[in-house]
Amino acid sequence: MARKLLLEHINVPGINTFDVYRSKGGYAAVEKALKTLTPDEVVEEVKKSGLRGRGGAGFPTGMKWSFLAKPEGVARYLVCNADESEPGTFKDRYLMTYLPHLLIEGMIVASFALGAKTSYIYVRGEMMPQIRILEKAIAEAKAKGFLGKNILGTGYDLELYVQPGGGAYICGEETALLESLEGKRGNPRIKPPFPAIAGLYGCPTVVNNVESIAAVVPIINEGGDEYAKLGIGRSTGTKLISAGGNLRKPGVYEIDLGLPVEEFLYSDEYCGGIANGKRLKAVVAGGSSVPILPANLFLKTINNEPRLMSYESLADGGFVSGTMMGSGGFIAYDEDQCIVRNTWNFARFYHHESCGQCSPCREGTGWMEKVLHRLEYGHGKMSDMDLLVDVSKKIEGNTICPLGDAAAWPVASAIRHFRDEFEWHVTNPSAAVSGNFGIAHYADPLPKLEEAAS
Amino acid sequence: MLSVQDTNTPVTFSPELLSKFADVVSRYPEGKQKSALLPILHLVQAEYGWTSVPAMDKVAEFLSIQPIEVYEVASFYTMYFLKPQGKYMLEVCRTGPCEIVGATPIMEHIEKTLGVKEGDVTPDGLFSWRGVECLAACGFGPVLQIGPEYTFYENLTTDSVDKLIGDLKGKANN
Amino acid sequence: MKVTIDGFPIEVEAGTTILNAARMIGGDIVPPAMCYYSKLEGTGGKCRTCLVQVTKGSEKDPRPMPKLVASCRTTVMDGMEVKNITSPEVIEARKGVVEMLLINHPLDCPVCDQAGECHLQDLGYEHGAAKTRYEFDRRTFEKIDIGDKIQLHMTRCILCYRCVFVADQITDHRIHGILNRGDHSEISTYIQKAVDNDFSGNVIDVCPVGALTDKTFRFKNRVWFTKPVEAHRECENPKCCGKVTLWYKGEDVIRVTARKDEYGEAEEFICNTCRFDKKKTSDWVIEGPRKVSHKSVISSNHYDTLHPLPVVKTNPVLIEANKEQFERETRL
Repeated sequence: MARKLLLEHINVPGINTFDVYRSKGGYAAVEKALKTLTPDEVVEEVKKSGLRGRGGAGFPTGMKWSFLAKPEGVARYLVCNADESEPGTFKDRYLMTYLPHLLIEGMIVASFALGAKTSYIYVRGEMMPQIRILEKAIAEAKAKGFLGKNILGTGYDLELYVQPGGGAYICGEETALLESLEGKRGNPRIKPPFPAIAGLYGCPTVVNNVESIAAVVPIINEGGDEYAKLGIGRSTGTKLISAGGNLRKPGVYEIDLGLPVEEFLYSDEYCGGIANGKRLKAVVAGGSSVPILPANLFLKTINNEPRLMSYESLADGGFVSGTMMGSGGFIAYDEDQCIVRNTWNFARFYHHESCGQCSPCREGTGWMEKVLHRLEYGHGKMSDMDLLVDVSKKIEGNTICPLGDAAAWPVASAIRHFRDEFEWHVTNPSAAVSGNFGIAHYADPLPKLEEAAS
Repeated sequence: MLSVQDTNTPVTFSPELLSKFADVVSRYPEGKQKSALLPILHLVQAEYGWTSVPAMDKVAEFLSIQPIEVYEVASFYTMYFLKPQGKYMLEVCRTGPCEIVGATPIMEHIEKTLGVKEGDVTPDGLFSWRGVECLAACGFGPVLQIGPEYTFYENLTTDSVDKLIGDLKGKANN
Repeated sequence: MKVTIDGFPIEVEAGTTILNAARMIGGDIVPPAMCYYSKLEGTGGKCRTCLVQVTKGSEKDPRPMPKLVASCRTTVMDGMEVKNITSPEVIEARKGVVEMLLINHPLDCPVCDQAGECHLQDLGYEHGAAKTRYEFDRRTFEKIDIGDKIQLHMTRCILCYRCVFVADQITDHRIHGILNRGDHSEISTYIQKAVDNDFSGNVIDVCPVGALTDKTFRFKNRVWFTKPVEAHRECENPKCCGKVTLWYKGEDVIRVTARKDEYGEAEEFICNTCRFDKKKTSDWVIEGPRKVSHKSVISSNHYDTLHPLPVVKTNPVLIEANKEQFERETRL
């Protein structure tokens, strides 16, 4: 059984209250950081830990912090990105529901490290219950002297507020989130300048995911070096994986990075295999934006090595035969699922969520959705697959923010790996509407590389 | 151009609501009161059930911004209703992970049970429903939420939906 | 700072964007811009037509930039090397952007007042494919009047946001904006309100397409049949420069616009009185015919001088021919 750093006490009754959380060693990181470390030393620990942003991009958190500009007399802000909306991802909702104080503790330590006197947790508006949980927890922490003026007598002041969003996936993009926090439409900003230079209200700002902030707590408690010992290679520490789809035991799991995907998928400690005794057809490993893989390519890399749950191993093979860790939104598809329908569903999502600011994404996402809709409903053409790939290429890389890429990748990868299923939709339109293509060869063992070569 | 109803019905915010507004504004630095716009629109919607033009105009006045700035924001985000809805708005997640565990049959069942199309209001004014995009509860699908508290109902079946609708009817009639 | 664009080197000040550096060089290496407007702060970055490839970041950090960048919002670094029309990637990406801009744009140029001075028309001509691959219904909107002088034909809009910036920066307060999101976005006042402000007419000049047009000029003439003349007046409005282009049909001024530079940008903004209410030659001090680029369709059949050339005045045959020509044009 692997060690849990974030979810260790998740099953303790009342852990969402200050007193129980404190009795389990909570807020020790605040005491340690504020009383015994300087802000720069906290940043150094986080750098040493090798923690990579848990929101999806995987950028090293310590490095992000060290980029923060610190001009004299200008306020700095820490904003927590709790706009969790990536299809497949629900770890932040889970964390905020059951362990609100872990997030608040992380916010205090991180704000101290960055020199922020006011910090915001931007929570997606649909999570009103979580907003109330956090507000209650903040009030408790404040009453106990962990927030407000002169925290623990150290002279450090911090106000922490929760900001609700209004319903927009795009606000998970950090500059769109800042625009939204300023009371505007969630249009991503054109970079540069980056938030570290000019973010919230034009001031230097760091935006971090909920899980990244929470991970700061064990990093400070145990030291960055200890944290870095967990995991594998440049994928250090533990990661929350939101497991959903056709699984026997969906839920949020904390894993040591480097766990073999087969173990994660089939062991009873984690997902417990595919629901209803069915077979695995495909997996989206890191949230809807990352490339979808057929079962065989997901379990093994193209070199026939077992794939691991780590940033590097999931990306093994690049876009040709690999995928990405993303935000850890793990979606399993059983043999009865239709990849065309799923691709259309995701395309509809991105079409719905495009902010409409830049032309390739605004127009291209709708175009892809319409073509996929016609394929799914039996009116497609053989040329549609090439058209989709071409349109996705015209979006990818040419937009203001990564939503364009996020919309393009699932479509391009589905056609790359499941082209025969798409073609079957064209050649068997009525069967495609009433039934589905099934598992076909998508779970067959990969050919041995030596055999393929000889 | 959207059709706008009740344009001329004046709106006056209660002192309680105004004090909530003021509390929200106090979270931001001076001169940055526009940041309060999203939270305040949520408060308005919780009070009135939707964000009408007179209410939005009043919000603009309160925040010293132009009314169009409020319309722009309210129409960008999906949570703000620009027309009246049923007392209970059932919002069913329809995205990928929920879809593969049966979101579409749930929506069809709701449509049949309530007898109204997506976005319409039942004649008694109690219900409306719509499909929404990912609600970040993918492991517990299918899910739906009901504002203004945004209470969550997970692992839906047609039976649990029937019970929910029945309970809500009972609650409204008492 | 030295930057090289498509092989042409130029020295520019720090903070200059790639696009503006290219404009200083001039010619066909200048990237097209549909949303950027140098006179309006904060514009640009949205339409993605000005994408270029940075093959060398700077002298200090020569690594190329991983993606194509919007030249209107990317500032130059010393030693930067940029490829625009010499990069097949850029040409391909731009072709893609033009296709995206056109999939929901109506092909109603024959009845659009902007035709002949439309940036999207130029762009489509240069980069677009002759056929569309888009086989679905196009997005359409009802035409609406925003005020008695301006018509909004949202169906043609490419959401460049320029008119929103005009309202923010040139007029005293903004009552129109962008509503909804994604491909449902639209320019609107939300509720029926007239955009009524001394400088509101400038939204017509900044619109790169025919989405915002001058109702006083609506269907009066094709721009290439009109004669543009530079003129000025002492405008009572202290914020108005009073320098305009008058567009003549025969002896009548049928339209007044700001003077535009070679990139189609207004040199200075003008007030609504000058634009909509001063339509008599006697209102203006005439400076001379406007120089029209020989590439523009507006240059066809145009004299360079106001009156018939001197040679015409002395030749009876030509005088007669000129009179006939004049009458024929007036009839048209």
